[in-house]
Amino acid sequence: MAFAAFSSTAPSATAAPSTDPVARRRSPVALFLLLPGILYLVLFFLTPLVSLLLTSFQSPREFGDIGQFDYAFRWQNYVEVVTTYWPHIVRSFSYALAATFFALLISYPLAYFIGVKARKWPLLQSLMLVLVIAPFFISFLLRTLAWKQLFSDESFVVQSLKALSLLGPEAHVTGTAFSVIFGLTYNFIPFMTLPLYTTLERLDVRYLEAGNDLYASPFQVFRKITIPLSMPGIVAGTLLTFIPAAGDYINASRDFLGGTGTQMMGNVIEANFLVLQNYPSAAALSIILMTVILVIVSIYVKRSGTEELL
Amino acid sequence: MKSKPLPADPMIRQLIRQAQNTQMGRRTLLAGAGAGATAITLAACSSGAAAKPTAAADTSATNKTLRWDNWALYIDVDDAGSYPTLDAFKAQTGISVKYTEAVDDNNSYYGKVKDQLALGQDIGADVACLTDWMVSRMIRFGYTQELDHANIPNLANLLPSLQNVDFDPGRTMSVPWQGGFAGLAWNKEKYPQGLKSVEDLWAPELKGRVGVLSEMRDTMGLIMLDQGIDISGKWGEEEFTAAIDEFKKRVSDGQIRNIKGNSYKEDLANEDTLAAIVWSGDIVQLNAENGDKWGFIVPEKGGTLWNDNFVVPIGSPGKKNVEELINYYYDPAVAAEVAAYVNYITPVAGAKQAMMAIDPLLAEDSLIFPDDATLANAYVFRGLDGAEEQTFNGQFQSILLGAA
Repeated sequence: MAFAAFSSTAPSATAAPSTDPVARRRSPVALFLLLPGILYLVLFFLTPLVSLLLTSFQSPREFGDIGQFDYAFRWQNYVEVVTTYWPHIVRSFSYALAATFFALLISYPLAYFIGVKARKWPLLQSLMLVLVIAPFFISFLLRTLAWKQLFSDESFVVQSLKALSLLGPEAHVTGTAFSVIFGLTYNFIPFMTLPLYTTLERLDVRYLEAGNDLYASPFQVFRKITIPLSMPGIVAGTLLTFIPAAGDYINASRDFLGGTGTQMMGNVIEANFLVLQNYPSAAALSIILMTVILVIVSIYVKRSGTEELL
Repeated sequence: MKSKPLPADPMIRQLIRQAQNTQMGRRTLLAGAGAGATAITLAACSSGAAAKPTAAADTSATNKTLRWDNWALYIDVDDAGSYPTLDAFKAQTGISVKYTEAVDDNNSYYGKVKDQLALGQDIGADVACLTDWMVSRMIRFGYTQELDHANIPNLANLLPSLQNVDFDPGRTMSVPWQGGFAGLAWNKEKYPQGLKSVEDLWAPELKGRVGVLSEMRDTMGLIMLDQGIDISGKWGEEEFTAAIDEFKKRVSDGQIRNIKGNSYKEDLANEDTLAAIVWSGDIVQLNAENGDKWGFIVPEKGGTLWNDNFVVPIGSPGKKNVEELINYYYDPAVAAEVAAYVNYITPVAGAKQAMMAIDPLLAEDSLIFPDDATLANAYVFRGLDGAEEQTFNGQFQSILLGAA
């Protein structure tokens, strides 16, 4: 499955023919050691998932009050949320895709510089890595709020853009698709940079030299050697960015960088769950979000063929 | 189906057995998971009943502690971080209060406690202060305990206008803590002409610089009042829809910049919005922090008046202690002490006179002690039944989500 992309050691460990007679027997100790993990998964993953699935099929209680539902098999919930909220579903995935694209565009050169070019100066390398990770020391919410202030109408940024006529006199930045995608890109860049860095850091530059010796242009070397070799990092980075970005509801929230026209699936789920008390709709949307992400990710991992590289 | 005989080679036989074993393992695991899921299903189905919960037994006589959930910045605090009025309450009655700023939004607080309330369990609070409409819903569901007025003699000080509200006639279930207006505010430097009515928010100069509240009853209440509807009286879907149409138009043509909860204050401060529908107490605080920058008015055609009310959750064993607490805060001198700090409207008659002794300037502030003319112009949004709550909330939220 999708997560095999991350587990680089697991397949080789099981595939290796075992010669140790102890490992060949089914050991009760191993099962016992697995128990906490399994219990954890059952309690905190399987239970909520089943509960979510059951909730998504609930139907409103007859003559019921707000928030009152009965267990049923009302599959129409799914049809209703898709017909009502399809713009938000489309928007979530396009924003997430855009954010992933921009994050990759920014992170790749950065990771390449840290991982390859800066090898000669280990101090610079560590310093730059610290700079990538440093924003994590401040709360995600605070950083997003800070951007909201930086993008406010009377701020230096917006006033300068207006002075340069890059922005119309009545235009805004906060509450637009731009600010939401900007926020998503900004907030998830470290998740893109770090996996890219770990693969590029191991990149054997002799391959690049060999390519050069064989008269490949720098672009050809990059396209035929560097990119394929860094594919595991690209796949891991894009997944770590795309998945949380698609479900994010902070950046697009009206209280942060978003407006009424930028609401994503997370915001719709929040409104249905907390304000409208429409739990079945919220649950159905959550299931749709999970399923779509799972499908996209599975296809992506299969198509990019990274299993062999890992 | 009969299984194929195993090959002769002992090595391969062993490998196949091993493979079969692991397969069995996976199957048992799945079966176990299935059983777990069935158990969850059954457990979930069994709790679907809709009977009203019953109140917990009162242990106030022996347990002199009290847990109070309230909003942030909603009680007097001294520099050391303790609450002077609560300390005095303890000295007076021997009841120690664990005060928690647990409520930051009616909906999310309700979301956290509703399942326990439905089962009649203790939610970890003996008293919570929630807004009128949420209290209305909780009373409807039987999630609150009836208060014994004999234990609250000071309740006689409750302002007459708040003694009978449609969701709780005679105040048997809820007692106001603090209240406020929703009205209009504007930036006096950037928009000196000011506002008089909701209509003024739609001025072309304010295009894209107007903020409104995500609290449906305040934003829709003001728009409906502007359209000449008495929001406390009898009105129906038709009147609401007319106001929603107006609201939708202003959002889609970009006149209204954004629709926010508490964070609207930041927008006023960073001047993304120059005029907005706001809560009175916030403007008092914003002006104190930023040097009297904003004007506030209750619109000519009326503003909304809301209260946060003490309610005793159904599972609380400390109702009598709560009654003592309410009685204490309905002493005008204590109410004035709180009002001097929180800048909201106190529901206690006589607090203004008591305030004269503490801070005569605050006693003159019409946002904390509104005069009769202001009060006469403030309306309480009428209680909605379950079906109305769903329809109206649905229409309002669809605009907030941009799905309309």
